[in-house]
Amino acid sequence: MAEHAQGPTAGLRSQPARTDVVVIGAGHNGLAMSHELGQRGIEHVVLERAEVANAWRHERWDSLRLLTPNWMCRLPGHSYQGDDPDGFMSAAEVADFVCDYARRLSAPLFTHTPVTRVVPCEGGYLVSTPRGDWSCRAVVMASGAFNLPVLPRIAEAVPLGVVQLSAHDYRRPQQLPEGGVLVVGASATGVQLAQEIQRSGRPVTIAVGEHVRLPRVYRGRDIQWWMLAAGLLDQRIEDVDDARRARHVPSPQLAGTPERATLDLNALCSEGVELVGRLAGIRDGKAQFSGSLRNVCALADLKMNRLLDAVDEWIAGNPGAAEVDPVERFAPTDVGASPRLGLTLGDEIRSVVWATGFRPDHSWLDVPVFDRKGALKHDRGIVDAPGLYLLGLPFLRRRKSSFMHGAEDDVREIGAHLASHLGAVRQPSRVELTA
Amino acid sequence: MTKPQTQTQTPADNGVNVAALLGAREALTATPEGAQFKWRATSEWLRGTHSRATVDKFFGLGEEQKHRQAYQYESDHPEIFASPDNGATPVEFVLVGLAGCLTAGIAAVAQNRNIQLKSVKATLEAGMDLQGILGIDDNVRNGFDGIKVHYEIDADATPEQIAALVAQSQKRSAVFDIVTNPTDVTVTTRKV
Repeated sequence: MAEHAQGPTAGLRSQPARTDVVVIGAGHNGLAMSHELGQRGIEHVVLERAEVANAWRHERWDSLRLLTPNWMCRLPGHSYQGDDPDGFMSAAEVADFVCDYARRLSAPLFTHTPVTRVVPCEGGYLVSTPRGDWSCRAVVMASGAFNLPVLPRIAEAVPLGVVQLSAHDYRRPQQLPEGGVLVVGASATGVQLAQEIQRSGRPVTIAVGEHVRLPRVYRGRDIQWWMLAAGLLDQRIEDVDDARRARHVPSPQLAGTPERATLDLNALCSEGVELVGRLAGIRDGKAQFSGSLRNVCALADLKMNRLLDAVDEWIAGNPGAAEVDPVERFAPTDVGASPRLGLTLGDEIRSVVWATGFRPDHSWLDVPVFDRKGALKHDRGIVDAPGLYLLGLPFLRRRKSSFMHGAEDDVREIGAHLASHLGAVRQPSRVELTA
Repeated sequence: MTKPQTQTQTPADNGVNVAALLGAREALTATPEGAQFKWRATSEWLRGTHSRATVDKFFGLGEEQKHRQAYQYESDHPEIFASPDNGATPVEFVLVGLAGCLTAGIAAVAQNRNIQLKSVKATLEAGMDLQGILGIDDNVRNGFDGIKVHYEIDADATPEQIAALVAQSQKRSAVFDIVTNPTDVTVTTRKV
């Protein structure tokens, strides 16, 4: 197996090693691309900053499980073989699943080899690492979409003495002091953390902005089953009205638990969690919450019902579909009579957990492909620089692009583009030779 | 799944130039400096609680702009406050602004979704405990303790589509944002 192909010699090279493609990141996307390139007979290496599936192994909270059931977990040439197809893998099990996959690939995989810089050079790119450099004709960036926590600027206004943790650093409730906890953000991360912190005996207030509400199970099947069957997960980015918006939709309020329980705001309230609006400001040690809570909940309820309508329509149009439970609509989100607009930090709230999102880290990319706001310019993963590719971002090419089972289609299509790029850049040198 | 309804009949006409709005969105995405606006009003005290405010000029798209004409608004307090009631109470202007903003948004969103509106009527009510402004109880805030907005809408759309219009309008409303979120206010003074 190739996983420990890294050797001390890499750091001693005086000249960069040459290869056709450098794949950055040995998570499921990088490895799926390695599989694709292997099938195409394209020479490449995979560089991994730490270990295979590192974020799953070391950078998430203890209780995290995949949001998709096991039967959906699939990579090119690799699928779930366990005996619990309807279960949800823990983060460690995901890491094991990805490590098993890595062992089956043939390309050289260099772990503990963080890329420090990618810069254009003659005929392609120079990829620098502390263990040596590679010169290559194409680079695939599969280093993840969720590398760094996104914190709002108002985090700076949290009074000293109030403990702050991002979802990136949070592991378990016991890291937090006793007493009230403000969880900021109500996407999958926020609602999961709010629930387990509340259950630890620390009263939780959750600040809720725009969010996506979904039932775990609908009409007897996992909601992901319906979304896959109805074609929603395969929907292409070019077919949505507003691509920018579609790519920034927060992850849905889901959790993968053995009970397959729905984890929406009503479920949190029933366990005693208090809902407040989006954290709008902090003034004189007091957190101020937006008065928009009712509307963000109404938006999420309406959107969930449109999705359920679409599922019902699909079922009606596919009478061959197996027995299903009757149509069901869920109670609207109950925000209470008068949600609080302020809370004193320090007194009522002893700690703040920021579940305000993650972003990719491309700080090592020294290629002029960033827009004014610092986002990478690309067309469905084909970056605005020849031979540079991107994988694994939310809705990169399809709604499923950031899911494990979404890698397969994306690496096939991007792999095809990459192969034709390598073919095309070969052409000129041949012309020169014959001229 | 979130696609607006597509209708084959006559396109909706709510009197909103959606093409211009979408064009502006595209243009201002490319040149964000043009998106920087300054809204202005002037006001002059007349007597008692009676003031007259004027809106005329504003700044946007990189240059000074002007309304088609100057508009004036009288503000005063009602007679039960021992005032002559020469105009709306200032807090009522907040409701006027919120209604105007949300309703404009509903029309624009409906146009964009090709939904024909027939009537859109809003009723607004804001609670206020006067013990705040009168300094009777420090625990009572000066402003509203809540605002209730109710819409009665007749349109060629399902109740869910109408609810979605109103929700989307709130999501994109400037005045809704102003009243639901804190805003930093700077007041300066000069003796003349």
